[in-house]
Amino acid sequence: MNEPWPLSALLPGAILFSSLLPGVFIFLVKEESHRLRTILNLSGAILKLFLVGFLILGVYEGQLFQSRLTIAPGLELVLHADALSVLFVTLSTVLWLITTVYAIGYLEHSPNRSRFFGFFSLCVSATVGIALAGNLLTFVIFYEILTLATYPLVAHRGTPDATRGAKIYLAYTMSGGLVLLIGAVWLRTLTGPVDFVEGGVLSGMPASMEGQLTIIFVLLLVGLGVKAALVPLHGWLPQSMVAPAPVSALLHAVAVVKAGAFGIVRVVYDVYGVEYAASLGLLGILAAAASVTIVYGSVKALFEDGLKKRLAYSTVSQVSYIALGASILGPIATIGGMVHLVHQGIMKITLFLCAGNYAETLGVHKVSQMDGVGRRMPFTTLAFTVGALGMIGIPPIAGFISKWYLGLGAVEAGQSWVLLILAASTLLNAAYFLPILYRAWFRPAPPQWPREHIFKTRFETMGALLWPPVVTAVLCLVAGLLAASPFSPLEWARLIAEREYGL
Amino acid sequence: MILFALGIWSFLSHEALLRKLIAFNVMGGGVFHVFIAVAYRGDTAPPDPVPHALVLTGIVVAVSATALALALGGRAQDAADHD
Amino acid sequence: MTDLLPLAVAVPLLAALLVTALPRQAALLGVLGAAATTLAAGAVLTAVWLNGALTADLGGWGVPLGISMRANGFAAALLAMTALVALATSVYATGYFADSPKAVHFWPLWLLLWASLNALLLAADLFNLFVTLELLGLCAAALGALTGSADAVKANLRYLLVGLLGSTTYLMGVALLYSAYGALDIALLAEHIAAGGDENNAVDAAALTLMTVGLALKAALFPLHFWLPPAHANAPAPVSAALSALVVKGAVYIIVILWLELFASVATASAAMVLGLLGAAGVVWGSWRALRAARLKLMAAYSTVAQIGYLFMFLPLIAATPPGPARDNLFAALVLMALSHGFAKAGFFLAAGLVQQQAGHDRIDDLGGTAQQMPATTFTIGLCGSALIGLPPSGSFIGKWLMMQGAIEAGQWWWIVVLLIGTLLAAAYTFRVLSRAFGLEPTPLRFVTDARSEIPALMLALTAVGVLGLAAGPLWTLLGLGAGGAA
Repeated sequence: MNEPWPLSALLPGAILFSSLLPGVFIFLVKEESHRLRTILNLSGAILKLFLVGFLILGVYEGQLFQSRLTIAPGLELVLHADALSVLFVTLSTVLWLITTVYAIGYLEHSPNRSRFFGFFSLCVSATVGIALAGNLLTFVIFYEILTLATYPLVAHRGTPDATRGAKIYLAYTMSGGLVLLIGAVWLRTLTGPVDFVEGGVLSGMPASMEGQLTIIFVLLLVGLGVKAALVPLHGWLPQSMVAPAPVSALLHAVAVVKAGAFGIVRVVYDVYGVEYAASLGLLGILAAAASVTIVYGSVKALFEDGLKKRLAYSTVSQVSYIALGASILGPIATIGGMVHLVHQGIMKITLFLCAGNYAETLGVHKVSQMDGVGRRMPFTTLAFTVGALGMIGIPPIAGFISKWYLGLGAVEAGQSWVLLILAASTLLNAAYFLPILYRAWFRPAPPQWPREHIFKTRFETMGALLWPPVVTAVLCLVAGLLAASPFSPLEWARLIAEREYGL
Repeated sequence: MILFALGIWSFLSHEALLRKLIAFNVMGGGVFHVFIAVAYRGDTAPPDPVPHALVLTGIVVAVSATALALALGGRAQDAADHD
Repeated sequence: MTDLLPLAVAVPLLAALLVTALPRQAALLGVLGAAATTLAAGAVLTAVWLNGALTADLGGWGVPLGISMRANGFAAALLAMTALVALATSVYATGYFADSPKAVHFWPLWLLLWASLNALLLAADLFNLFVTLELLGLCAAALGALTGSADAVKANLRYLLVGLLGSTTYLMGVALLYSAYGALDIALLAEHIAAGGDENNAVDAAALTLMTVGLALKAALFPLHFWLPPAHANAPAPVSAALSALVVKGAVYIIVILWLELFASVATASAAMVLGLLGAAGVVWGSWRALRAARLKLMAAYSTVAQIGYLFMFLPLIAATPPGPARDNLFAALVLMALSHGFAKAGFFLAAGLVQQQAGHDRIDDLGGTAQQMPATTFTIGLCGSALIGLPPSGSFIGKWLMMQGAIEAGQWWWIVVLLIGTLLAAAYTFRVLSRAFGLEPTPLRFVTDARSEIPALMLALTAVGVLGLAAGPLWTLLGLGAGGAA
């Protein structure tokens, strides 16, 4: 072990603890100590952002970051930063900061805030743990912790609906976690510790094991597919929309579903190796599941009147773009899938934060109530528009880049049928987002909003609620416009693809 | 051995506490007899002292167990009377 | 150095005498005695860690007449777990029994129970195991009946009688062994049995069967578990914690010694399979009944039946695995599961006791407000629950991981099915309780409401979840097993 810089062994752990420790302390904070809790929250989030900055530079230069902890002989907890983990860590860290600001505003004066922010921080820690996991065991551990830590957030409101949604969420994710566990243990008995290595570790396995490896792949896919909301394992996601808006925004647009999608990417690229997975015919299974999900999610979104539920089905559909990208053999499609991990995150969080603003400021929960909201809340609606157009794939917003690379990659790999899926999905996206935009901007506002709150501010709503979606909308534009500049999500995805394919 | 088997049978078949306790003591008696039989090492050699020590200890344990069971039984009866 | 072993028994015994003599100071003396006993157990643990297994002969009589003691890694691990759980329970009891006349009876019996459990874990021969087991059973039944309610007395009377039946059956097995080999010392006897050849097979089998059945009764192995739920559910909370977490483990400890040490040479794989299947039935049945239980403590008690089942499922797996790192891992996993369950279940019962005191009942369906008003306690229940489910980062997660690994390697995939069902049911019953903590009740003012009784329970929970789950490595060293490696 030649450690040129001892910090490199500490950094992944430090990133994890920068949200874990504030989380633990927040539980102990008295309910009325609003300021102390805010300080803990924000200092954790900002510190994490700085640490991640170091990590980005280091990984870009090819430095090795690894924290190891032996929990039992042969069982090691490994935190390890490679290009792929950095992508996900950065996404969750930036969005955590933004969502924390939003949540502080959103939950002002509502009960049980210490509990909420405590679990919120635990969730982010678990997500970062998933991103930094260096082997399958570590991944499984944080994956399960994420399940546990999210439950209280879904159940947070305490209404019968919330309890029911949380129960469904738990039933799905628990079962999924177990299936994943079986797959992971089985794989381990065949190969020993399953470390994530760029290019995969299984390509040297004897041909006699191919049958077992296929079954294991399906087990892993099912286990991860629950969180990634692959059809037919997506049932929990729309039900979980009873959670408060920041939870829906960060967890159900970013952390939880991405954890599943990220896991699929990990398994395909860093465990099986994309070429080996293709040679076993496993990519076909994944591609089929992803395509069905993309179309099905969009169709369901079309008929959903609840704004958050429509967004949830849109998430079901959009997250599978990532899996689709992973299922096509070829670096360009890989870039498309990877970059969508980030793009979908920032676009969807924008949409969810806006939906939260409508609900909190006007009491608007349904698409059919959205007539004329554009004039009442122009900034929010502008941000919503950017997110929605990005989802459809209108240039120059980030979503266009993802679809472009996915399509290009499919053609390059000779799988032109993917273009059909993309086209169908784009039409459906337009069909369920454009009517919302039309209502918002062009229909006259009703004489009275369902439940309007007037905030003492110059703007359309409270500052802490307004700025986060505006910032993320700007990010969507920047990610699309400056896609070719260094350290943009696209360039980083290109770096990942180069390392995965050994280019 | 027969005492042991008899004890188990009556322990399981009787409801009343007192009968169960007597059955338990019969069982114990059976086990102690086995130990004493084991101690016999022929007519000339003195018997093995170890089993005797064990049986003595065992009897003390059995007596205290019986006492506690009777005390609890009395309590249970009291509680039942109160209800 | 070898004086340490008697010390671990003598200290709580002395403390028991002191609290009997000075009942006014019982709580203070009891906690001091608990601390001293913990130190003694810690000393034994350190000595075993540094020097490997220890032995001691009392009064210089030696085998076979004297009382000899021994401590290997397995015993030391359980001894240490007992000490920590009992210490936490003692501190908790000062709050729980504050101003209660029952304290006068609780402390002597409690310390006596601890002394007999330590003596059991350190006993080096089969007869001492019997005596200590009997003492343990007597103390446990007396403690369990402490509430004095008709239900409690009745349940614990049954517990006592069942225990007597079990231990007498065990003693019969001991008598058979003595008649065949003329020895009681475990190490000595194991050599005799291994060298015994075929002519003693019938005696071995009969003795093993009698002893196992007797002990299975005390360990609540399905279908001999019927006595456990009412006895454990009706005892005062600190006692339930000790009964479920510690006392049952005493019988399991002896069974494990019998199967893996004493009769290792003659116990067949098919016999182990029977135990494993009974264990599996216990897992499924216990978890199911726990899910259907109306009361929190009854749920915890049924969950003990399930958790004990897991321990028995290791036996066939160990029997099917050739000696080597893989087998070592399974044994370590068994110990780890036993330890995790000890900490988690004790924490669970202590927390349940607080909820019961606060709410005046422990009906799960009506717990809503109470659970939400006590964040630390609900948190404890959550953490302990996740250890019972086997979620990371708890010790039982590693235990289950290794069990699955062993099951796949041994080709006995059906244990995985049992594990799946058990885990899902455990998740269902745990979250059935936890979901009550999310209601529309007003926000609690602070995290901890009663430090003296809430903190010990929380500490136990954190030990089960954090410490055992993230730093289980030393256990392998303590058990004297080679580094498991990439088995």
